[in-house]
Amino acid sequence: MTELTEASTSSGYQLKMRIWRGDADGGSLGDYTVEVSEGEVVLDALHRVQATQAGDLAIRWNCKAGKCGSCSAEINGKPRLLCMTRLSDFDPAETITVTPMRSFPVIRDLVTDVSYNYEKARELPGVELGPRDADGKRRMMQVDVERGQEFRKCIECFLCQNTCHVVRDHEDNKPAFAGPRFFLRYAELDMHPLDTRDRRETVRDQAGIGLCNITKCCTEVCPEGIKITDNAIIPMKERVADKKYDPLVWLGNKIGLRNKDNDGRTAT
Amino acid sequence: MSDSSTRHPMTGNEMSAAAEGGIERHQYDVIVIGAGGSGLRAAIAAHDSGAKVAVVCKSLLGKAHTVMAEGGAAAAMGNLYPEDNWQVHFRDTMRGGKMLNNWRMAQLHAQEAPERVMELEDWGALFDRTADGLISQRDFGGHRYARLAHIGDRTGLEMIRTLQQRLVALGIDVYMECTVTDLLKAPTDSGADRIAGAFGYWRETGRFIVFETPAVVLATGGFGKAWKVTSNSWEYTGDGHALALRAGATLINMECVQFHPTGMVWPPSVKGLLVTESVRGDGGVLKNSEGERFMFNHIPEYFRAETADTIEEADRWYEDKKNNRRPPELLPRDEVARAINAEVKAGRGTPHGGVYLDIASRRTPEFIKKRLPSMYHQFKELADVDITKEPMEIGPTCHYAMGGVEVDPETEMSVVPGLYSVGECSGGMHGSNRLGGNSLSDLIVFGKRAGDAAAAYAASNGIPSVSEDDVEQAKRSALAPFELEGGENPYAIQSDLQQTMQDLVGIIREGAELEEAISRIETFKQRIAQMTVEGHRQYNPGWHLAIDLRNMLLVSEAVAKAALARQESRGGHTRNDFPGPDPEWGRKNLVVSLDAEGTGVDLREQALPEMPDDLKKFFEE
Repeated sequence: MTELTEASTSSGYQLKMRIWRGDADGGSLGDYTVEVSEGEVVLDALHRVQATQAGDLAIRWNCKAGKCGSCSAEINGKPRLLCMTRLSDFDPAETITVTPMRSFPVIRDLVTDVSYNYEKARELPGVELGPRDADGKRRMMQVDVERGQEFRKCIECFLCQNTCHVVRDHEDNKPAFAGPRFFLRYAELDMHPLDTRDRRETVRDQAGIGLCNITKCCTEVCPEGIKITDNAIIPMKERVADKKYDPLVWLGNKIGLRNKDNDGRTAT
Repeated sequence: MSDSSTRHPMTGNEMSAAAEGGIERHQYDVIVIGAGGSGLRAAIAAHDSGAKVAVVCKSLLGKAHTVMAEGGAAAAMGNLYPEDNWQVHFRDTMRGGKMLNNWRMAQLHAQEAPERVMELEDWGALFDRTADGLISQRDFGGHRYARLAHIGDRTGLEMIRTLQQRLVALGIDVYMECTVTDLLKAPTDSGADRIAGAFGYWRETGRFIVFETPAVVLATGGFGKAWKVTSNSWEYTGDGHALALRAGATLINMECVQFHPTGMVWPPSVKGLLVTESVRGDGGVLKNSEGERFMFNHIPEYFRAETADTIEEADRWYEDKKNNRRPPELLPRDEVARAINAEVKAGRGTPHGGVYLDIASRRTPEFIKKRLPSMYHQFKELADVDITKEPMEIGPTCHYAMGGVEVDPETEMSVVPGLYSVGECSGGMHGSNRLGGNSLSDLIVFGKRAGDAAAAYAASNGIPSVSEDDVEQAKRSALAPFELEGGENPYAIQSDLQQTMQDLVGIIREGAELEEAISRIETFKQRIAQMTVEGHRQYNPGWHLAIDLRNMLLVSEAVAKAALARQESRGGHTRNDFPGPDPEWGRKNLVVSLDAEGTGVDLREQALPEMPDDLKKFFEE
C-alpha cells in the first residue's frame, strides 16, 4: 500500500468544471467550482455539483464501477466513462470540461438518446444452437469459447459507436451501418462453436461492415480493452470476403448445389 | 382521461401523452417491473406461455444491477463433483440461511437451477468450461462442492446480456427509463382487491404512463441504497418492496440484511464497491494488520465440524475436497463479515479501517488475471493497487436484502391477487443469510416460475378497469415535490437517512440504537413532506430521487422495526444485546404490512412453514 500512503498526504482541492447544460433545442457550457478529494473520479465531482449546486443536472449512471456502461460522455473532448476517469489524471489547476456523447441526440445535459443502438440490436439475427448432446448437456472447449468471451466483455457503453467516424461525421450513414458494437456481436456469433446460422450476408448488406475502414478509433476508446478492430471486425471482413469471392461457393450457390457453407451453417 | 373511443381498435392502447395533461396508456396481460435477471426471465417465461408482456425499468435495458454480480450462479450440475446434487445444495442453502428459509423455495431452487443455467447456454451464454468441455463450476462460501457456473468474474453481465438478447429476439416490449410509482387495484366479488395496473412516468420527459394489466411481477431488486457504505447502485431504493406494501402485500425477513464481507475501503470514492467472493473461492485469504489468517479464530460452533482448523488442512482442500474440510475464509458471508468487523474493532485493522485480502502471495499473476479479470482491472484503475503483487484492503459493505415480498413458493404470488415478486425483492428463499451464487440462480428459477404463473393468471382473469380517481391520486402524489417552494433538498435528506441506517441499523445492532433509528425515521417522514425539487419534469434527477426517497424511507422503517423485534442473532441480523440464536425465534417470521394510516408499518409474528420429514433427514447428524 505504499502508493496509497503517499497519495493520502495530498488533500482536497477546488476543481473547476465546465459542464454542458441544455436539451434538444440547444445549450451551453456552464461553469462550476466544486470541492473534490483524492481518489475521486469525474462522476464524483458531477454528483457533488448535482447534490449541492444543480439538483436537476441530468447524468445517466448506474454501477459507478465501470461494469454497466451507463455514464458515457466526453471529457475534455475524449469519449470516456465518467466513473472510470480519475481526477488524478488531470492537473488540479486544469478545468475539466464534460459534454454529452456527440453522435447521439441530446435529451438533457449529459444524457443522450442512445436508441440507435437498441434499434440496431433488433436487426441482428440471434444465436441459434443445434440440439444438446444426448445427456442433455453441451460441450465446448475453453479455447473455443475464449474468442467469443472477449467480445462478451462488452458493457454496451456505446463509446465505440459514438467515436466511429462513419456515423460521428456522417449522420446519414446511420440507417445502413450497425457500428463496431454490433460487428463485435456478429463476430461473437460467427465464432460461437455451436451456432448454426450464417450471418455473413447480413453483416455485409444490412449491417454495412464494408463502410468500416479500420481506423481503430473504436478499439482506442473501449473501456474493456476489447480489440474490436483486430479481433472482431477484420476477421469478419475476411469471412465476408471469402464467401463472396470464393468461385466454388459462387458456382455452388448458382447451380443450387449448396445452401450451406463448409461449417454446415444455413444463410439467414 | 380515458376515452375508449380514442383507443387503438386492436391493441386497446391510447397514446395521448403529447396532449396537455395527457397520459399514455397501454394494455398488457403481464407487466414486469425491473429488467434485471429475474425480471427478464419472468418476461421471457410469460411470453413463452402466450401472454402479451412488457418490461418496465428505471434504467436502460442491460444496465440493471445484475451486471454487478461477479462470482457465478449456483447450480448442482455435478460437472466437477458428480456427488453433488440438489439435496446437498438444498442443505447448504438452508444451513447458510440458519434454517429461516422457506424450505419449499430452497428445494425448488436447488432442483431447478441446473436446467435454468443450461437454458442460458442454449440462448448464447458462454460459460467457462471444464477440461471435458462442460460448464465449469467454482468454489464459493457455504457450498460443499464447487458449484457456481461462471464466466471469469463477470457472470452477472453474461446473464443479463444473454437474457436481454433473448428478450430482443422474442420481440418483447421494453419501457426503458420509465419508473413505476404506484400500483393500481380494482375490487373483486370476493372482497379482496386485485391488481388492475401500474402508474409511472418516463424519466426522459416526465410524462405519465398507465399500464392496464391484471398481473404485475415486481422484480425491482433490493434497497441497499438506504445505507451509506453499499455495493448497490442508485436504483436500489426498495421500490418493489414499497409498492407491494402500499398495495396491501406483506414482507418477510426484513431484519436480515447481508453485509458482504469484502467491499473496497479505499479510496473513499469507491468505498463499498464489491470485491467478489471468488477471490476467496480461488484461494485468497484474509489477514489482519499483524499478518495473521484470523478466520481460524472465528469458526462458529454451528460450522465447526465442516471447517478446517489448521492452515495446512485449509490449503489442501483446494486440491482435495474429499479428505479435507473447507477453509474458514469460505464460511457463509454473515460469519466472515462479523469476523472482519471484530478484527477491526480489536485494533487489528488496516490503515483505512479494513483487513487484507491476499491472493497475490497465493496464486500466480497469470491465474489471477485469468480468473479475476474484473477485480484486477477494478483495483488497478480505481485504487492503483496491483492485486497480483499486493493485498487488497477490504471491509464489509451493505450488499443484499434477504427480506422481501412474502410469496407462494410455487407461483411467487403475494397475498394480493395478480401481484408477483421475484429475485431480491421477494423474501423467504434465503432465510436469514444468502449464500454467494444463490442469487443469480434464484433470479432465473423464480423468474421463470413467476412468468409462467402470471401468464396463466392473466389468461383466466381479464384486464380489469382502472379507477380514474386512483390515477389522479397517483399523479398528485408524483408531482407533490414540485408543489412546495423553499423546502428541503432531497439529496440532503437521503444523505442523512443513509448515515442513520449505517450508524444505527448496521452490521451489529442494539436495541437502544434501533429505537433511536425508528424515532429519527419519524423525523425524516416530516422532512420528506417538506421536500422541494428545482427545475422541470424532463430528466430531472432531483425529482426522481424525491420519489424514490419515499420508498427508501418506508423500507428503512420496516428493517429497523423488524430488527428491534427479533431479539436474537441469526444470519444477517446480529444483536449485541441478544448475541446468540434463540430456537423460539428460529421457528417464526416477522411479517411486515402497511399500517392503518398508510404512513408506516406494522409487524406480526407468524410460524415458519413446517418442513416435511423426508427433507428434515438431511439435517440430522
